[in-house]
Amino acid sequence: MIKVILMLAVLICCSTGGEIAMTYGMKRVGELKDFHPRSILRFLGRAIQSAWVWLAIPLMAASFYSLLILLSWAPISLVIPASAFNYVAGALGAKYLLKEDLTLKRWLGVTLVFLGVLLVVATG
Amino acid sequence: MLRRPSCLSPELPLPAETTRTYRMIHEHRLRFKTLFMVFLMVVCANIGDLLLKRGMTQIGAVHLSLEGLQHTLLATILNGTIWLAIFFLLGFTVCYMTAVSWADYSYVMPAGAFGYATQTLLAVLVLHEAVTLKRWIGVFIICFGVMLVGQTKPNTTNTQQAPS
Repeated sequence: MIKVILMLAVLICCSTGGEIAMTYGMKRVGELKDFHPRSILRFLGRAIQSAWVWLAIPLMAASFYSLLILLSWAPISLVIPASAFNYVAGALGAKYLLKEDLTLKRWLGVTLVFLGVLLVVATG
Repeated sequence: MLRRPSCLSPELPLPAETTRTYRMIHEHRLRFKTLFMVFLMVVCANIGDLLLKRGMTQIGAVHLSLEGLQHTLLATILNGTIWLAIFFLLGFTVCYMTAVSWADYSYVMPAGAFGYATQTLLAVLVLHEAVTLKRWIGVFIICFGVMLVGQTKPNTTNTQQAPS
């Protein structure tokens, strides 16, 4: 059981960490101004030069593989609802690492999404 | 990004009412383009997952042996459906990267959960699957949560400002 809990922690840390690193990297890259193919290519070119994006990719890959490992160790009815904690961990990461302003309304929305995902995957 | 009208001198501050209106228009535009990008993310992820499932069904069950894994790897490389799935999943990644370049992570991430609602709708409409009441309640709660998050300011870190 301890190894399942540890792997769950790895899954949540890698998944949230990867997405936060990607967001931080993309914020530094700058926003996409228009949807002209040349602008999109230039935007992607700038993105692949960002070290934060390259940090995000292996973290996201690690989260995918830790999910696969977890699925081979524990029942899906435990693994998938537990991975819904990403929404809560993501909101905490956004507040404390990305310094986003999470209003009460947004917290309420995130909590409802988390509960809804729990219900949907529990019946899946 | 909104620009100051050229008829106004750059030294003169804009009237408070105009600044407020500018900020509101800027926020509406930001919200619209972020939600549109989230919609594209959800569509790409759903189609990608569906194609991946179809491709892996065509390949057959994976055998956990060296020979089995080699066979699966070769079969996935040669399978057109898998490549189409990868194309859509790449589209999802690009849409995600674009959305977080201008909006908060805590705005994009929960809004992306709308995918669970579209998956359920697709299951009913396309696959004619029976969906339990519990699942419909879950979908309703997700939609309500996404609606609440959608009403908040898309960007709170002030990386892109409206003109002041």
